[in-house]
Amino acid sequence: MTTETLPKQENADSSIGVHVKGYIDRVKGGELGALPAVFGLVILCVVFSVLRPAFLSAVNFANLFTQGAAVAVIAMGLIFVLLLGEIDLSAGFASGVCAAVLAVLLTLQGWPWYLAVLAAMITGAVIGMVLGSLVAKLGIPSFVVTLAAFLAFQGVVLLLVKDGTNISIRDETILAIANKNVPPVAGWAALVVGVAAYAALQFLQARRRVSRGLVATPVAVIAARIVTLAVVAGFAVYVLNLERSRNAAIVSLKGVPIVVPLIVILLIVWTFVLRRTGYGRHIYAVGGNAEAARRAGINVDRIRISAFVICSFMASIGGIIAASRANSVDPNTGGSNVLLFAVGAAVIGGTSLFGGKGRALDAVLGGAVVAVIENGMGLMGYSAGVKFVVTGSVLLLAAGVDALSRKRAAATGRR
Amino acid sequence: MSQGPILELRGINKSFGPVQVLHDVAFSAYPGEVTALVGDNGAGKSTLVKCIGGIHPIDSGEYFFEGERVQVHGPRDAAALGVEIVYQDLALCDNLDIVQNMFLGRERRSGLVLDEDTMEEMAAKTLAGLSVRTVKSLRQHVSSLSGGQRQTVAIAKAVLWNSKVVILDEPTAALGVAQTAQVLELVRRLADKGLAVVLISHNMNDVFAVSDRIAALYLGRMAAQVKASEVTHSQVVELITSGRSGELGLRNGNGAAS
Repeated sequence: MTTETLPKQENADSSIGVHVKGYIDRVKGGELGALPAVFGLVILCVVFSVLRPAFLSAVNFANLFTQGAAVAVIAMGLIFVLLLGEIDLSAGFASGVCAAVLAVLLTLQGWPWYLAVLAAMITGAVIGMVLGSLVAKLGIPSFVVTLAAFLAFQGVVLLLVKDGTNISIRDETILAIANKNVPPVAGWAALVVGVAAYAALQFLQARRRVSRGLVATPVAVIAARIVTLAVVAGFAVYVLNLERSRNAAIVSLKGVPIVVPLIVILLIVWTFVLRRTGYGRHIYAVGGNAEAARRAGINVDRIRISAFVICSFMASIGGIIAASRANSVDPNTGGSNVLLFAVGAAVIGGTSLFGGKGRALDAVLGGAVVAVIENGMGLMGYSAGVKFVVTGSVLLLAAGVDALSRKRAAATGRR
Repeated sequence: MSQGPILELRGINKSFGPVQVLHDVAFSAYPGEVTALVGDNGAGKSTLVKCIGGIHPIDSGEYFFEGERVQVHGPRDAAALGVEIVYQDLALCDNLDIVQNMFLGRERRSGLVLDEDTMEEMAAKTLAGLSVRTVKSLRQHVSSLSGGQRQTVAIAKAVLWNSKVVILDEPTAALGVAQTAQVLELVRRLADKGLAVVLISHNMNDVFAVSDRIAALYLGRMAAQVKASEVTHSQVVELITSGRSGELGLRNGNGAAS
């Protein structure tokens, strides 16, 4: 157990070999990170594109994003609750309630879109506040609180949309979110700016650490990360900028769907919050050991409540995206499989159901897996029944991997 | 050595509902010395420590710090005075790394963002100051550390804050022989650096190995607080088991009054 290397950390620590070896050790030790999701995504894409070449078309590629957007956004919020080791079963219908609020205000009351969106978001935050307070202050298990809310919100949606009618959305701005695209030039520009900013941040951080004599990420590893980001994002932007219209002469359809930059912005914001702020650190601490967090002077109740607020708030954004994509809100908005898909996305992405482990990126990766399964199976012509069974199995598989990797981590002394 | 106590409690009473756990307890800790707090299971050691740390509010009694009477209403108050407690169950977050744990709840920030580099430097300096050489990287998760290493991190966390009093709750209870020796060495170094160290322990060998003073609790009463050099092993054991030993200890075996 004793290797004498503490304060003077030797330079060998910053070489690539050590970095790679450290990563392999972590994976062997049960910290799988994004590996299962990435592997799953690659395998699924290969299988579907072999069986159904249409899967690879530009149209379908754009579809994947708009299909998966709402689920990924809801999952991103869920990750905060999952990080605490809690669960929010009502996130799906919370998004439905917020979408219904939006639709009622927009279409029936004639509010401008920004006020309606604001009202929907506030609705989400208030829902989270109530759920979080019940869990943190009263001490009702989150499973029960949110199961009750799941039922109740289902009813609230029904009441809001007047028993089964559906409210169509005609506001151009709201409809644009899931149905319109960013001009191709803007897509490329955003890509270049984004990759450059990422590269600059990474190199500046490394230089700062080296100048202070701390162990920094090796340049080669940073370069690899930047190249990966540039290639993956560049490929996505390229494909999305291809002409997707069947008849380009009449109406041109190309560019990155507006939901994509929206998701990227949310991803950056929440990643920043989780990794760089004291608040994010406290979320992990409460999820890892609530008692230790309490003794360290962290207000555990406030962290709990805030996580539920973030979760329901993100659900409201998911609801708005769903409303935009469906052009309407009906009693089933946010219902049926939305919650299952969102939890599945988070867990498949690598967020632990036991709390303390997870990243905002997990929601996007897992959301992509879920979207690919749903989309690919739809193309294969399977019935909804088969899709449900398969998605359920995938969720179970992901939860199994989570539990097993946790066991493995315990066996290797990492937990 | 001859200076007054940095931490002094007088007439502390504490009840949990109908059960009175601490009766009129007096306790003091001196800078540069290790004070061992001993007592049988249920004697009130942990409760006393939690009262000192502000986890439990005291029912009545006086709390002096550096000669001044203070009010301690919560862990933050105690921490502000410079009192740090290292708990038996360590209170570390397994999913965070060493630096993150050492700064938990008191993170350094520059603006909105955490100042990771400064925190890492300070953590490295603290560990180096304690001559700790057993951890490979400051950025490894606490879950990957051995029991002794975790204890070391917990102690270093307490020292990081320029604390004046460090209270260790059974630091060696779960450790092997070699690791126990390492931790005791660390305890001694803390006192030599001028801190007041309070060591709770069941192990008489550990107590006599490092402590300057011994305070024995018996059924919620302070039986005696004596210099370690002036008592023998068996006297301390008697104090623990019956509350008295010859001239020392509670006048009445049941501890009705002292």
